[in-house]
Amino acid sequence: MTAGIPLEHGLLVAAGLFVIGFIGVLVRRNLLFQLLSIEIMLNAAGMAFVIAGARWGEADGQVLFIFILVMAAAEVAVGLALLLRLSNRFGDLDGDSVSSMRG
Amino acid sequence: MDGFCCSLPLWLIPALPAAGFVVLALVGARLPKRWAAVIGAGSVGLSAAVTPCAASCYLRHPPDGGVRIERLWTWIDVGTFDIGFSLALDALSLVMIFVVTFVGFLIHLYSTEYMADDPGFSRFFAYMNLFVAFMLMLVLADNLFLLYLGWEGVGLCSYLLIGFWYDDPENGRAARKAFVVTRVGDTAMAIALLLIFKHAGTLDIGQAMTWASDNWAVGSGLAVAVAFLLLGGAVGKSAQLPLQVWLPDAMAGPTPVSALIHAATMVTAGVYLIARTHAVFMLAPAAMTAVAVIGAATLLLAGCSALVQTDIKRVLAYSTISQIGYMFLGLGVGAWSAAIFHLMTHSFFKALLFLGAGAVIISLHHEQDIFKMGGLRDRLPTVFWTFLIGSASLAALPLVTAGFYSKDLILWYSWSTEYGSPWLWAAGTVGAFLTALYSFRLVFIVFFGDEKGHVERHPGLRILIPLVVLAVLSVIGGLVETPAMLGHVTLFSDLLDPVLPPAESTVPGHQTEHLLQAVVAAITLVGVFLAFLFYVRRPSIPAALRSSPLGARVCRFWLSGWGFDTLYDRILVRPFVDLARLLRLDPFDGISSTLGRVTAAGNSVLSRTQDGRIRTYVFGIGVGAVIAVTIVVFT
Amino acid sequence: MTVIFYLSSVIALLAAAIAISRRNAFHALLYVVVSLLAVAVTFFSIGAAFAGALEIIVYAGAIIVLFIFVVMMLNLGPQAAGRADGLLTPSMWFGPALLALTLLVELSVILIRATGTGTSDTAVGPREVALSLFGPYAIGVELASFLLLAGLVGAARLGSGARSTGGDR
Repeated sequence: MTAGIPLEHGLLVAAGLFVIGFIGVLVRRNLLFQLLSIEIMLNAAGMAFVIAGARWGEADGQVLFIFILVMAAAEVAVGLALLLRLSNRFGDLDGDSVSSMRG
Repeated sequence: MDGFCCSLPLWLIPALPAAGFVVLALVGARLPKRWAAVIGAGSVGLSAAVTPCAASCYLRHPPDGGVRIERLWTWIDVGTFDIGFSLALDALSLVMIFVVTFVGFLIHLYSTEYMADDPGFSRFFAYMNLFVAFMLMLVLADNLFLLYLGWEGVGLCSYLLIGFWYDDPENGRAARKAFVVTRVGDTAMAIALLLIFKHAGTLDIGQAMTWASDNWAVGSGLAVAVAFLLLGGAVGKSAQLPLQVWLPDAMAGPTPVSALIHAATMVTAGVYLIARTHAVFMLAPAAMTAVAVIGAATLLLAGCSALVQTDIKRVLAYSTISQIGYMFLGLGVGAWSAAIFHLMTHSFFKALLFLGAGAVIISLHHEQDIFKMGGLRDRLPTVFWTFLIGSASLAALPLVTAGFYSKDLILWYSWSTEYGSPWLWAAGTVGAFLTALYSFRLVFIVFFGDEKGHVERHPGLRILIPLVVLAVLSVIGGLVETPAMLGHVTLFSDLLDPVLPPAESTVPGHQTEHLLQAVVAAITLVGVFLAFLFYVRRPSIPAALRSSPLGARVCRFWLSGWGFDTLYDRILVRPFVDLARLLRLDPFDGISSTLGRVTAAGNSVLSRTQDGRIRTYVFGIGVGAVIAVTIVVFT
Repeated sequence: MTVIFYLSSVIALLAAAIAISRRNAFHALLYVVVSLLAVAVTFFSIGAAFAGALEIIVYAGAIIVLFIFVVMMLNLGPQAAGRADGLLTPSMWFGPALLALTLLVELSVILIRATGTGTSDTAVGPREVALSLFGPYAIGVELASFLLLAGLVGAARLGSGARSTGGDR
């Protein structure tokens, strides 16, 4: 376990992952891909915690990573169940077509 | 008898007419007219019967301090603001309730015949009873707050009765005018009450007056301010300059209303108010002068206007304004009891004149133009004789009339007291001449000459009895107070002495007094003679005067009441109406409605973003997050 | 170790970027798995072995498998995915790209401004994590279990009606 990886570099990677996930959510109309992108973003957030925890040599970072993991799992479970419902109802997963509100 | 009289509570006097009002207001429309008449006139009649009873008790067993106080209940009690619903009877109130109930009853009796064919018969009596109740409350009030209640109450009844025949919009307009114009004075009076309460800490009349005498120096700013504000209220109610414009128009009401409210009682409330608060006025010499000058100016102006009117009731209306001017003159020179004396005699003869005019009017089927009357002397003899007596009393024909004694007293004091001056006396004397001229002009035009109108019906007993009784009073009513030369009876001023300080003459001896009396009497007789000359012997003289260019202009000017209506219309009414018309478009609402419109527009813009697409929402969240981060990073 | 960190970081970023731009759902999922594994490698390289293990087991193992199940159930084959996806039109890319770029720049600015400090030498093993989890964070664990329960109930409820009712219209 050699030192020398600056904290900033690790966080930069996390930021990069987060932004990529962000782009995914914004650009993709397919709900499955949006969910996937959200997973990437959550992962990036967790990564930031782990890296920060490693910087201080404390276990807290990993603890919070575990919480995020739990949250992501619950979110995916519900999200995918919703996805199945929507697919049944509308026959496709286009997020734009799943809209019955008219402003 | 005595014990019974003293056991009668004071509140019965205003309560009886009030009860009459309640009954008539609740079930009056369903009662037969006979019953409505019995209740309406009877309640006031009972009140008039209680009054002498209370008077005899008061005179035989004078209460401590000359005031009999009855506190009925506590009306308002907040902190130091303690207002009781309490009545007080002293000599001044006694005179007033005597006038109100007695003249009021006669006028009610008269009305039962005069209004017999009117569909609003019971409504009329309900209003009249309410008026009498409020008027009695006004004069019996122990504190200024209760007095103000009665003051506003009679104003309300005046409004209701002027606009009694509300089918004609013109009557409603006259009623509104009376209400609004008197409101100007009432506002001043309300401010005066607030000032008194703020400084004296009480509205009890006796306490407040004592406090004022003890704490305010003569001529101190507050005393002058309060006196002037009270004067404002009195001027509005009593139709004096500059608020006299409402009274001639108030003649739109039924004639008994004019007799009761706009001649005998309500319009004299201003005189009563000033007499009641005379302690404040004596602390404010400027206000005293103002009262006297207003009185003198009003009596001259109104006398001139009365000369040229053609409507019989408007003649009498201007004459009323003029006579109240005399009372103000009396008040202004410190002749308090003389003013109240004239108030009493005036209420007799002026009520008589109005009732007589009413008898003439219904005999000629609601004709009010005096030039369409004439020659009624033989057709309506009782009316003629009583009207003649009333006019003589109004013109203050020497020795035989009540008006002579009261007016003479005022004129004498306007010369001789410390507040008086020859100028005020001169104004009053010119006014006496004018009074003689216009009152006999009326008599000669209406009752002499050729018969022009056709007498359709002859007045019955219920009209004639009040006329006769009032005529008798107009003759003998003055004998309770006579000048030194003529027996020197001082019953009236003795009665009022404990309440109103006697006027002190600064002129020693009686020579001057006798001389002035002779002058006034002579001038009055000249006025009567001129009227006889102009309107019986040589009708061509006034016609020539009227047709000359200057005469025509003056005539028009006086006919319109010295142009006050036009003036007020120009400087007050029209700007106000214009402003109201401007504000009807709600320019100030624009500010707030713009806010509403912007909000609505913002809503319609923002509601487009609610398009149901998840990506839009995510994008919105993203933009928000980025903005938040930007703020964090770059600050 | 430093080399491994940077290498796996680049792999993670690249795989993620490729994942979100695939049309085929299976391909995308596979790239996500690659990305997750690369992240797990970075965890190992900075001494957070427990986190890395969880990353592989839960993320790459459980969550992505769940996705694969769903894709199989919906039969989203190569032809189905992205049918209506306006993936290639520049107007659709422009706004999000600008936004994302701004975000990236800002995050970078924050990180570059900070004073450089290296990671500590001590590896944080499962023991410390466990002590901390069931010590000071006991409440958090309970809450997380509630969240999982809620997710379970929700997924069960939503999933059970998915086929039988055919939607609730």
